[in-house]
Amino acid sequence: MSEAVTRRIDPSQMTISDEVAIEVSSMNKWFGSFHVLRDIDLTVHRGERIVIAGPSGSGKSTLIRCINRLEEHQAGRIVVDGIELTSDIKNIDKVRSEVGMVFQHFNLFPHLTVLENCTLAPIWVRKTPRRQAEATAMEYLEKVKIPEQAGKYPGQLSGGQQQRVAIARSLCMQPKIMLFDEPTSALDPEMIKEVLDTMIELAEEGMTMICVTHEMGFAQAVANRVIFMDQGQIVEQNNPHDFFHNPRSERTKLFLSQILGH
Amino acid sequence: MSKTSTRDAAFFRETMLPPEPPPIREAGAVKWLRENLFSGPVNTLLTVLGLAIIWFLVSHFWDWFAHSVWNADSLAQCREIIAATWGEGARGACFAVIRERWHQYMFGFYPPSLYWRPLLAFGLLMVALAPILFSETQQIRRIVLVATTVATLLFMQVLGVPTAAFLLSAIVMIGATILAERHAGWLLIFSALYPLIGVFLLWGGTLWAPLMVLAGIGLGWLGWRLVGIVSPMLAVVAGILVTLIWWIGFTGEAAGDLQNLLPLGITSVQSEKFGGFLLAITIGVAGIALSLPIGIILALARRSDMFLVTSLAVIFIEFIRGVPLISLLFVASLLLNYFLPPGTDFDIILRVIIMVTVFAAAYMAEVIRGGLAALPKGQYEAADSLGLDYWKAQRLIILPQALKISIPGIVSTFIGMFKDTTLVTFVGLFDPLKGISDFVRANFAWKGIYWEPFIFTGAIFFIICFSMSRYSMYLERRLQRDNR
Repeated sequence: MSEAVTRRIDPSQMTISDEVAIEVSSMNKWFGSFHVLRDIDLTVHRGERIVIAGPSGSGKSTLIRCINRLEEHQAGRIVVDGIELTSDIKNIDKVRSEVGMVFQHFNLFPHLTVLENCTLAPIWVRKTPRRQAEATAMEYLEKVKIPEQAGKYPGQLSGGQQQRVAIARSLCMQPKIMLFDEPTSALDPEMIKEVLDTMIELAEEGMTMICVTHEMGFAQAVANRVIFMDQGQIVEQNNPHDFFHNPRSERTKLFLSQILGH
Repeated sequence: MSKTSTRDAAFFRETMLPPEPPPIREAGAVKWLRENLFSGPVNTLLTVLGLAIIWFLVSHFWDWFAHSVWNADSLAQCREIIAATWGEGARGACFAVIRERWHQYMFGFYPPSLYWRPLLAFGLLMVALAPILFSETQQIRRIVLVATTVATLLFMQVLGVPTAAFLLSAIVMIGATILAERHAGWLLIFSALYPLIGVFLLWGGTLWAPLMVLAGIGLGWLGWRLVGIVSPMLAVVAGILVTLIWWIGFTGEAAGDLQNLLPLGITSVQSEKFGGFLLAITIGVAGIALSLPIGIILALARRSDMFLVTSLAVIFIEFIRGVPLISLLFVASLLLNYFLPPGTDFDIILRVIIMVTVFAAAYMAEVIRGGLAALPKGQYEAADSLGLDYWKAQRLIILPQALKISIPGIVSTFIGMFKDTTLVTFVGLFDPLKGISDFVRANFAWKGIYWEPFIFTGAIFFIICFSMSRYSMYLERRLQRDNR
């Protein structure tokens, strides 16, 4: 099990409301003629922490990229925060400003300082006054423990610091849902922990999170539900304890034995 | 402990090694010579060959330069002086032609009593550019503006500008420099107004014309506000339409009527009088200023998802890049007259500027498209995922980075375009290289003089183009963000 996670959250302290945050029903997606997502049904309630695992090419990244419409789905419905994702660009922008996303390769804006990276969207999308946006940004930079880097450019930071800035940048929009697309896959082992710690803190505060990751330690410590995908389908979903100790599907067992076996 | 042999299986280090400076090897000129000029037999051979070529060139041209004559009234007189001073059969350059005709190389046939107007226009051009190109520090802007003011006034002094015009120019230039010191932000307003001021100074005529052009922008704004109440989407279209209709349909007449009511203005100068570097710089600056935004729009259009927009952009770019600039200039000078209603006076310089702009914009679009393609897809996705709409993402995230990547290509296009302005000689305009030189040679005194004018115009082109190149390198350094 990964040593990067040293603490786990107490499920009894966490509240998951009945309110639905994301509703995906009978969703299908093709890349050309390749059927990449097949008949996905997924309901996420507010306050849930979901980890999506699976072999590469199983469609897990594509699934969360559909949730903020970085990818378009061709059949079925996706409703985020009560707004259905259609080709209506206004709805898409609205959903995107309510859903934060953290990428594998950080995707910070290299021509802007850390602070400008964090204030850009609040100022231009939310129309927050600059001063207020900067104050909020400093708050979140403190939360991810790098306020002293505010004046630097992303190219001057380490990978772990960049990813924490990326998390702060998303949080500055005060999103209701956070999506993480393999946030630690491009990081050195020494830096994975600092990013996971930030994410655990976020989970403790009750953020609705969907996280695609290979960090099974994180899944056990944080998730209330683990989803296993293969060949574009949801093969198994369960609470972390049963998922890791008592998986039902043969495919899941094989996957777990491969990633936990060594 | 540190001397432990690697053959001992167990090894541990108690103290980490501190960094040390590299060993001092032989240094200085000898080392440089050996490494760069004589590192091997091939390198040595090439060095000797290079030196031989340089010697050949210098030995052949040196006496020609050394025997230059600067004071003479004609080529014949030049030759007499050279023969008298350096002996029969000696060669020498006759730069006296530059001394006598340099103002024509600069201004063409612009009325000499009005030389102050293009000079002031050029000085103010630098003022208008200062907040855009020289905004890094107050100090750089100060150096540029003071140097411009001094150079402008010095040229005016040399050219014997009337005292009143000199005083006016001095007040304007010094005022602008002081303004830049006190309220640098106001300079941007001046930059926005400069196209009107520059055109008014160069061509003169009624003051009502630029005022009516401004009125068009005001009317467009009014239209935008009024329609904006109904639909924000339509408002932009309405604003642009109102402005264009006013400019095309009414500006000329309105300016004429107002001029009759209240004559206001300065001596008008026809386009035929423009020539030399005044013409090249006018076309070049207008072309540069217009081709960049048009090129950006074309590049974005070419990468757009909308089939029709993409197709139109591709057709436009490939067509314009596929024909020689001269053919476009011929279209401007000859064909447009057939299509325009008889009697319309569509200024020849304006027509040439349009064609040069269109030509440069097509190249610009491809250069910028290269920059856009070089950006990682993640930048687009990050901008999208934050909820930025298309135009905001382009303006704040994509274009600043893409344009920075494209700076070398953009400036190359600018330099190429500026040099191509000499091609206007083929539509009867007096470019500095051929148009003015032919005119100078048409005078019996300077018949047969070729090298000296070419060297002179070539040197000025080189200075301007080299400055652009150096500026682009400075800009690249200034925008560098990833140095630790």
